Amino acid sequence: MMLPLKENDRPIVKKLLEAGCCARCVLRFCFLEVQSAYRQPYEDTAKELLAFINDEETNVTKDSAVQDQLTKDPPSKKIKLDTAKTDVQAEGDSALVPTVTEEGGARLVKSDVCVVCLGVLQEFCDEAYATKISEVVKAENYQFDTMVLSVSLPAQLSVREHSCWLHVKKEVRKKSMLLDKDDVIKVKDAFKWIMQGLVSKELGGVSVVTKINRQTEQFEVGVGFTHPETDSDCHFLAGACSDCFSPTKNKANVFTRMAVAKAIGKVSDEKFLKKFPCPPTRPASKCVAQDVQCLHVSVFVAGRYNKFSRTLPQTPWVIDGERRMESSVEELIAAPLLSSFRAKGFNFSSSGREDVDVRTLGNGRPFALELLNPHRARFNKAEIRQLQETINQSSDKIRVRDLQIVSRDAMGHMKEGEEDKTKSYSALIWTQKAIDKDDITFLEETKELKLAQKTPLRVLHRRPLTVRERVIHTMSTRFLDAHHFHLVLRTQAGTYIKEFVHGDFGRTKPNLCDLLKTDTDILELDVESVDVDWPPPVPE
Amino acid sequence: MEDLDHNKAPSVIDRYYTRWYKTDIKGKNCEDQCVLQHSNRICVITLAESHPILQNGNTIKSINYQISAGCSRLQNKVSGKSKRGGQFLTELAPLCRITCTEGVEYTIYSCIRGRLLEVNEGILERPELLLEKPSTEGYIAVILPKLEESKTVTNGLLSREEYENILSKRTSSTQQGPKTEPEPC
Repeated sequence: MMLPLKENDRPIVKKLLEAGCCARCVLRFCFLEVQSAYRQPYEDTAKELLAFINDEETNVTKDSAVQDQLTKDPPSKKIKLDTAKTDVQAEGDSALVPTVTEEGGARLVKSDVCVVCLGVLQEFCDEAYATKISEVVKAENYQFDTMVLSVSLPAQLSVREHSCWLHVKKEVRKKSMLLDKDDVIKVKDAFKWIMQGLVSKELGGVSVVTKINRQTEQFEVGVGFTHPETDSDCHFLAGACSDCFSPTKNKANVFTRMAVAKAIGKVSDEKFLKKFPCPPTRPASKCVAQDVQCLHVSVFVAGRYNKFSRTLPQTPWVIDGERRMESSVEELIAAPLLSSFRAKGFNFSSSGREDVDVRTLGNGRPFALELLNPHRARFNKAEIRQLQETINQSSDKIRVRDLQIVSRDAMGHMKEGEEDKTKSYSALIWTQKAIDKDDITFLEETKELKLAQKTPLRVLHRRPLTVRERVIHTMSTRFLDAHHFHLVLRTQAGTYIKEFVHGDFGRTKPNLCDLLKTDTDILELDVESVDVDWPPPVPE
Repeated sequence: MEDLDHNKAPSVIDRYYTRWYKTDIKGKNCEDQCVLQHSNRICVITLAESHPILQNGNTIKSINYQISAGCSRLQNKVSGKSKRGGQFLTELAPLCRITCTEGVEYTIYSCIRGRLLEVNEGILERPELLLEKPSTEGYIAVILPKLEESKTVTNGLLSREEYENILSKRTSSTQQGPKTEPEPC
């Protein structure tokens, strides 16, 4: 193809080529938005650019020998390129960069890596790299319609880009006063224009797109590049703009792409030119490609569970690195889901939790499971029902109902009302003094009993020490024998039932010992209902 | 459910706490204390049943958490999950002084190293709790040992069995005759 370059691009092209810019970066700084110009083989673009500037220098017309070969005689062009390539390969594995020699004439020579993109648009924008990406995606066997291709570039690219911009700013302004640095085509965009089509072809035509935050784009493949040789390019910015680089807890490196871009925006051109070479220095090596990362957005599965065992914790119970009790509610639920969704992990959450020795009966407790990086994400209702069946077949210690796929947002409903909803419990009570039926009936008349509960000693090691006011709405009793009765309680969520019964060293006031004027203890506890209306019931 | 035996099943303390003892604290005869250590490392400090306060139908005249002019355990405040701001106690830090009607004053000690979480203000209003329920509602204080010391913090203390051995030796020695020297710990 003919590169749609104008006469006033010529000084820009010349200056950038002299500075060691690669052919595609030259196009970017010429504000060329024609995507096909980037997609054509790199060598073709390099040759055309050389021809473009040689036109002027030798004062030949558009149908010069080179142009003639490039446009009208493809076979011979190919031969010529092949010889050039062979020459290069003999010297090493580097790309062709058009170089302007000191005599003023331009020719194709083996040259260094691009001073701006550090090789990203030279070495990693071809079918070979597209094949590499596709092979990783294929090996992981994801189920998807659309894939987002994202690219992560070394932060110093912004510094080098800015240096190059300052290098040709004058020439750009001559071309048009309206053009600014923001109008320079981004390395990222050029990369995607070239690679999206190539990767799509390798993957048999799936749609490969740029992320614009739509619901349909759930699968992302990330490629990344580093260039250790020039990492120190950014360091001068810390002195020039220290407030952009405050160390944060989680980040080992303060020179993030965001921080570097922000700092460049703040530093004046004069200061920048004093501290950083313009044009940038020529690197000795190209970028290093990082591993290709595939990530599917999480899928959320919700439902309600019953727990019928008094020796099953809700989550794995680990003390001093040693596991207590085998299995747990979350593991029993998660295991079949992990294998069916082929997920890499999960996060379990629920509307409250019960102790290991407490059963959860009735309609069960709402829960949700975030499945991380699922390789399969689509299941129909029948398949979900089958999954629920698989979970229920796997153990008689738990039972799951209303299993369904939900949105991330819907998860919020589960935590709503954790404090203000009511919960119903059933407890088996022991009394030290012998009782008869009439001794406990007064509990049924006790309504809206206010408790002051200090943080129970059993959780005080991991919770702040406070006094919480909680309400027991109603109680009912069922007499068993002189030392035992069943107590059913409807309470405000967050009431500690065990502590209400035994008193927790008198730290819950009043407690059942106070009410019955004898020592009482709790032998068994069941959650009878968790009054949260989420997730919605699934008809059988 | 299957076991509706009238005999009490293991109590809350039996189920969740380990009992540790320190006897003849500071060489004072029979001034014994108990440390109830929860499986989560929290410790509740109480009088041991052999402490003189709990003998001979004593009554309590006063309980004072002001252990010196500048330091009151009542001033102790902790905040947040990490319990910032709690007074740090060593084994022989006094927690409070208890005066009986006979005018005898006893000092109750921490017995373990750790951060003071709370003292029992309930016994200030109802000192009789100390006598009636010394190991539950009549507790003295709650202490949180350092995480890295949670295993070693009870090293110098006696197990329940060792404590009972000491009690039975005391009984036999009093039967043999009065003793002037305090029991070695």
